[in-house]
Amino acid sequence: MGVTFAILGCGVSDVPEGFALAELFGAARGEMVEHIPHCRRLGMTVEQVGPRSARVRLPYRDELVGDPVRRVVFGGVITTLLDHASGLAVFCSLAELKAIATLDLRIDYLRAAEPGRDLVGEAQCYKLTTHVAFVRASAWEREPSDPFASCLATFMVGANPSESPMARALRSRVREAP
Amino acid sequence: MRGRQALAQIPYARFLDVRIEEADGGIVCVLPFRDDLVGNAALPALHGGVVGAFLELTALVQAIELADTERVPKPINFSVDYLRSAGPRDTRGRAEIVKHGRRIANVRVVAWQDDPAKAVAAGIGNFLL
Repeated sequence: MGVTFAILGCGVSDVPEGFALAELFGAARGEMVEHIPHCRRLGMTVEQVGPRSARVRLPYRDELVGDPVRRVVFGGVITTLLDHASGLAVFCSLAELKAIATLDLRIDYLRAAEPGRDLVGEAQCYKLTTHVAFVRASAWEREPSDPFASCLATFMVGANPSESPMARALRSRVREAP
Repeated sequence: MRGRQALAQIPYARFLDVRIEEADGGIVCVLPFRDDLVGNAALPALHGGVVGAFLELTALVQAIELADTERVPKPINFSVDYLRSAGPRDTRGRAEIVKHGRRIANVRVVAWQDDPAKAVAAGIGNFLL
Protein backbone atom coordinates (compact mmCIF):
# COMPACT_ATOMS: atom_id res chain seq x y z
CA MET A 1 0.00 0.00 0.00
CA GLY A 2 1.39 3.34 -0.98
CA VAL A 3 1.83 6.06 1.60
CA THR A 4 2.11 9.67 0.61
CA PHE A 5 4.33 12.14 2.38
CA ALA A 6 4.42 15.88 1.93
CA ILE A 7 7.77 17.59 2.26
CA LEU A 8 7.15 21.31 2.28
CA GLY A 9 5.46 21.65 -1.04
CA CYS A 10 6.62 18.58 -2.92
CA GLY A 11 4.70 15.34 -2.71
CA VAL A 12 6.54 12.03 -2.58
CA SER A 13 4.67 8.81 -3.23
CA ASP A 14 5.39 5.33 -1.88
CA VAL A 15 7.76 4.32 0.87
CA PRO A 16 11.09 5.78 -0.15
CA GLU A 17 14.30 3.82 -0.22
CA GLY A 18 17.62 4.85 1.17
CA PHE A 19 16.41 5.91 4.61
CA ALA A 20 17.35 3.82 7.63
CA LEU A 21 13.99 4.42 9.28
CA ALA A 22 11.82 4.01 6.16
CA GLU A 23 9.95 1.11 7.75
CA LEU A 24 8.79 3.45 10.53
CA PHE A 25 7.47 6.07 8.08
CA GLY A 26 3.99 4.54 8.05
CA ALA A 27 1.71 3.13 10.74
CA ALA A 28 4.68 2.13 12.94
CA ARG A 29 5.74 5.77 13.40
CA GLY A 30 4.46 5.75 17.00
CA GLU A 31 7.49 3.63 17.93
CA MET A 32 9.64 6.70 17.43
CA VAL A 33 8.51 8.13 20.77
CA GLU A 34 7.27 5.07 22.66
CA HIS A 35 10.66 4.24 24.15
CA ILE A 36 11.36 7.80 25.31
CA PRO A 37 10.30 8.31 28.95
CA HIS A 38 9.78 12.07 28.75
CA CYS A 39 7.70 11.83 25.56
CA ARG A 40 5.52 9.19 27.20
CA ARG A 41 5.12 11.42 30.26
CA LEU A 42 3.97 14.32 28.09
CA GLY A 43 1.70 12.14 25.94
CA MET A 44 3.56 13.18 22.79
CA THR A 45 2.51 11.43 19.59
CA VAL A 46 4.05 11.26 16.13
CA GLU A 47 1.52 12.47 13.57
CA GLN A 48 3.55 12.08 10.46
CA VAL A 49 7.08 11.21 9.41
CA GLY A 50 8.65 11.00 6.00
CA PRO A 51 11.93 11.63 4.27
CA ARG A 52 13.72 14.36 6.26
CA SER A 53 10.60 15.53 8.04
CA ALA A 54 8.52 14.87 11.14
CA ARG A 55 5.36 16.20 12.73
CA VAL A 56 4.69 15.72 16.44
CA ARG A 57 1.64 16.54 18.61
CA LEU A 58 1.72 17.54 22.27
CA PRO A 59 -1.62 17.53 24.12
CA TYR A 60 -2.43 20.64 26.16
CA ARG A 61 -2.17 20.02 29.90
CA ASP A 62 -2.62 22.43 32.78
CA GLU A 63 0.67 21.27 34.30
CA LEU A 64 2.59 22.64 31.29
CA VAL A 65 1.35 26.22 31.78
CA GLY A 66 4.03 28.90 32.11
CA ASP A 67 1.90 32.00 32.66
CA PRO A 68 -0.74 31.38 35.35
CA VAL A 69 -2.77 34.43 34.28
CA ARG A 70 -2.88 33.84 30.52
CA ARG A 71 -2.82 29.99 30.83
CA VAL A 72 -0.25 29.84 28.04
CA VAL A 73 2.06 26.81 27.83
CA PHE A 74 5.61 27.54 29.09
CA GLY A 75 8.05 28.46 26.31
CA GLY A 76 10.44 25.68 27.31
CA VAL A 77 7.74 23.09 26.62
CA ILE A 78 7.69 24.33 23.03
CA THR A 79 11.47 23.79 23.07
CA THR A 80 10.84 20.15 23.98
CA LEU A 81 8.25 19.78 21.21
CA LEU A 82 10.46 21.36 18.55
CA ASP A 83 13.69 19.71 19.74
CA HIS A 84 11.95 16.38 19.48
CA ALA A 85 10.35 17.02 16.09
CA SER A 86 13.74 18.27 14.85
CA GLY A 87 15.59 15.21 16.14
CA LEU A 88 13.09 12.91 14.42
CA ALA A 89 13.51 14.85 11.16
CA VAL A 90 17.26 14.22 11.41
CA PHE A 91 16.72 10.50 12.09
CA CYS A 92 14.44 10.43 9.06
CA SER A 93 17.25 11.85 6.92
CA LEU A 94 19.85 9.22 7.71
CA ALA A 95 20.70 6.43 5.29
CA GLU A 96 22.28 4.52 8.14
CA LEU A 97 21.15 4.80 11.74
CA LYS A 98 23.53 6.80 13.93
CA ALA A 99 23.26 8.45 17.32
CA ILE A 100 22.48 12.16 17.15
CA ALA A 101 22.65 14.99 19.69
CA THR A 102 21.28 18.53 19.62
CA LEU A 103 24.14 20.99 19.25
CA ASP A 104 22.14 24.18 19.40
CA LEU A 105 18.59 25.34 19.06
CA ARG A 106 17.08 28.78 18.81
CA ILE A 107 13.40 29.54 19.17
CA ASP A 108 11.45 32.67 18.31
CA TYR A 109 8.16 32.97 20.17
CA LEU A 110 6.04 34.68 17.53
CA ARG A 111 2.91 34.92 19.66
CA ALA A 112 1.24 33.17 22.60
CA ALA A 113 -0.14 29.70 21.90
CA GLU A 114 -3.88 29.52 22.47
CA PRO A 115 -4.72 27.92 25.83
CA GLY A 116 -6.49 24.55 25.76
CA ARG A 117 -5.31 23.51 22.31
CA ASP A 118 -2.89 20.73 21.37
CA LEU A 119 0.47 21.97 20.12
CA VAL A 120 1.81 20.64 16.82
CA GLY A 121 5.49 20.86 15.88
CA GLU A 122 6.84 20.15 12.40
CA ALA A 123 10.48 19.96 11.42
CA GLN A 124 12.42 19.56 8.23
CA CYS A 125 16.08 18.59 7.96
CA TYR A 126 17.10 20.81 5.04
CA LYS A 127 20.80 19.96 4.99
CA LEU A 128 22.73 16.90 6.11
CA THR A 129 26.51 16.76 6.10
CA THR A 130 28.84 14.02 7.37
CA HIS A 131 28.83 15.28 10.93
CA VAL A 132 26.13 17.94 11.19
CA ALA A 133 22.41 18.17 10.38
CA PHE A 134 20.58 21.51 9.92
CA VAL A 135 16.90 21.73 10.75
CA ARG A 136 14.12 24.29 10.64
CA ALA A 137 10.90 23.82 12.53
CA SER A 138 7.72 25.60 13.52
CA ALA A 139 4.81 25.05 15.87
CA TRP A 140 1.11 25.90 15.65
CA GLU A 141 -2.21 25.01 17.28
CA ARG A 142 -4.71 25.78 14.48
CA GLU A 143 -3.09 26.26 11.07
CA PRO A 144 0.44 25.50 9.87
CA SER A 145 0.31 28.88 8.12
CA ASP A 146 -0.13 30.68 11.45
CA PRO A 147 2.72 29.40 13.66
CA PHE A 148 3.27 30.62 17.22
CA ALA A 149 6.93 29.60 17.26
CA SER A 150 9.72 29.08 14.76
CA CYS A 151 12.99 27.34 15.37
CA LEU A 152 16.42 26.64 13.87
CA ALA A 153 18.52 23.81 15.22
CA THR A 154 21.71 21.92 14.43
CA PHE A 155 22.53 18.35 15.42
CA MET A 156 25.72 16.34 15.66
CA VAL A 157 25.42 13.12 13.67
CA GLY A 158 27.28 10.09 15.01
CA ALA A 159 27.30 11.96 18.30
CA ASN A 160 28.48 9.29 20.67
CA PRO A 161 29.57 5.68 20.48
CA SER A 162 26.75 4.30 22.62
CA GLU A 163 23.69 3.05 20.85
CA SER A 164 20.74 5.38 20.37
CA PRO A 165 17.30 4.33 21.67
CA MET A 166 16.10 4.58 18.09
CA ALA A 167 18.66 1.98 16.97
CA ARG A 168 17.58 -0.33 19.76
CA ALA A 169 13.93 0.10 18.87
CA LEU A 170 14.65 -0.68 15.24
CA ARG A 171 16.68 -3.75 16.12
CA SER A 172 13.97 -5.07 18.40
CA ARG A 173 11.53 -4.74 15.48
CA VAL A 174 13.81 -6.88 13.36
CA ARG A 175 13.97 -9.46 16.16
CA GLU A 176 10.19 -9.49 16.51
CA ALA A 177 9.58 -9.84 12.78
CA PRO A 178 8.37 -13.36 11.83
CA MET B 1 6.53 39.03 42.48
CA ARG B 2 9.83 37.41 43.37
CA GLY B 3 11.56 34.36 41.95
CA ARG B 4 10.56 31.87 44.62
CA GLN B 5 6.97 33.02 44.47
CA ALA B 6 7.02 32.71 40.68
CA LEU B 7 8.23 29.10 40.85
CA ALA B 8 5.34 28.28 43.16
CA GLN B 9 2.82 29.92 40.82
CA ILE B 10 4.04 28.59 37.48
CA PRO B 11 2.50 25.15 36.92
CA TYR B 12 5.35 23.98 34.65
CA ALA B 13 7.92 24.93 37.32
CA ARG B 14 6.01 22.76 39.78
CA PHE B 15 5.84 19.99 37.18
CA LEU B 16 9.66 20.06 36.89
CA ASP B 17 9.89 20.58 40.69
CA VAL B 18 12.46 23.35 40.19
CA ARG B 19 13.73 24.87 43.44
CA ILE B 20 15.84 27.86 44.40
CA GLU B 21 19.07 27.72 46.34
CA GLU B 22 20.55 30.92 47.69
CA ALA B 23 24.19 31.16 46.66
CA ASP B 24 26.96 33.75 46.81
CA GLY B 25 26.05 36.62 44.57
CA GLY B 26 22.67 35.41 43.34
CA ILE B 27 20.25 32.57 43.04
CA VAL B 28 20.82 29.07 41.75
CA CYS B 29 17.92 27.02 40.40
CA VAL B 30 17.92 23.26 40.90
CA LEU B 31 16.22 20.69 38.69
CA PRO B 32 15.97 17.41 40.64
CA PHE B 33 16.55 14.35 38.46
CA ARG B 34 13.52 12.21 37.71
CA ASP B 35 13.16 9.15 35.48
CA ASP B 36 10.32 10.68 33.47
CA LEU B 37 12.55 13.56 32.32
CA VAL B 38 14.83 11.19 30.41
CA GLY B 39 15.09 11.58 26.63
CA ASN B 40 17.71 8.92 25.95
CA ALA B 41 17.25 5.84 28.10
CA ALA B 42 20.39 4.17 26.73
CA LEU B 43 22.85 6.75 28.09
CA PRO B 44 20.72 7.75 30.14
CA ALA B 45 20.39 11.50 29.59
CA LEU B 46 17.81 14.18 30.28
CA HIS B 47 15.67 15.17 27.30
CA GLY B 48 17.30 18.11 25.53
CA GLY B 49 13.97 19.92 25.67
CA VAL B 50 13.89 19.62 29.45
CA VAL B 51 17.40 21.04 29.68
CA GLY B 52 16.37 23.91 27.42
CA ALA B 53 13.18 24.50 29.40
CA PHE B 54 15.14 24.52 32.67
CA LEU B 55 17.56 27.12 31.25
CA GLU B 56 14.64 29.28 30.15
CA LEU B 57 12.95 28.92 33.52
CA THR B 58 16.17 29.88 35.34
CA ALA B 59 16.50 32.93 33.09
CA LEU B 60 12.86 33.84 33.69
CA VAL B 61 13.22 33.60 37.48
CA GLN B 62 16.21 35.94 37.32
CA ALA B 63 14.26 38.40 35.14
CA ILE B 64 11.36 38.29 37.62
CA GLU B 65 13.71 38.90 40.56
CA LEU B 66 15.06 41.95 38.84
CA ALA B 67 11.96 43.41 37.27
CA ASP B 68 9.79 42.82 40.31
CA THR B 69 6.63 42.91 38.19
CA GLU B 70 3.31 41.24 38.86
CA ARG B 71 3.22 39.81 35.37
CA VAL B 72 5.37 36.94 34.14
CA PRO B 73 7.76 38.37 31.50
CA LYS B 74 7.10 36.99 28.00
CA PRO B 75 9.93 35.24 26.19
CA ILE B 76 10.70 36.75 22.77
CA ASN B 77 13.39 34.28 21.79
CA PHE B 78 15.71 31.81 23.42
CA SER B 79 18.84 30.10 22.19
CA VAL B 80 20.41 27.00 23.72
CA ASP B 81 23.89 25.52 23.21
CA TYR B 82 24.11 21.89 24.29
CA LEU B 83 27.64 21.29 25.56
CA ARG B 84 27.53 17.85 27.21
CA SER B 85 24.84 15.26 27.72
CA ALA B 86 23.05 15.79 31.03
CA GLY B 87 23.22 12.58 33.07
CA PRO B 88 20.80 11.11 35.62
CA ARG B 89 21.69 13.65 38.32
CA ASP B 90 20.40 16.96 39.63
CA THR B 91 21.08 19.93 37.36
CA ARG B 92 21.83 23.45 38.57
CA GLY B 93 21.48 26.72 36.71
CA ARG B 94 22.54 30.29 37.28
CA ALA B 95 21.40 33.27 35.22
CA GLU B 96 22.86 36.70 34.72
CA ILE B 97 21.10 39.79 33.40
CA VAL B 98 23.17 41.06 30.48
CA LYS B 99 20.96 44.09 29.93
CA HIS B 100 17.94 45.30 31.78
CA GLY B 101 16.14 47.83 29.64
CA ARG B 102 12.81 49.50 30.12
CA ARG B 103 10.90 46.88 28.15
CA ILE B 104 13.41 44.14 27.38
CA ALA B 105 15.71 42.06 29.56
CA ASN B 106 18.53 40.13 27.93
CA VAL B 107 19.44 37.16 30.13
CA ARG B 108 22.31 34.67 29.90
CA VAL B 109 22.18 31.35 31.74
CA VAL B 110 24.41 28.35 32.26
CA ALA B 111 23.59 24.88 33.63
CA TRP B 112 25.88 22.24 35.14
CA GLN B 113 25.68 19.03 37.12
CA ASP B 114 28.57 17.98 39.39
CA ASP B 115 31.14 20.58 38.45
CA PRO B 116 30.17 24.24 37.83
CA ALA B 117 33.21 24.51 35.54
CA LYS B 118 31.77 21.82 33.25
CA ALA B 119 28.59 23.30 31.82
CA VAL B 120 26.07 20.90 30.29
CA ALA B 121 24.25 23.70 28.47
CA ALA B 122 24.21 27.46 28.04
CA GLY B 123 21.42 29.73 26.93
CA ILE B 124 20.62 33.33 26.12
CA GLY B 125 17.28 34.99 25.56
CA ASN B 126 15.26 38.17 25.43
CA PHE B 127 12.20 38.71 27.60
CA LEU B 128 9.51 41.36 27.28
CA LEU B 129 9.03 42.81 30.75
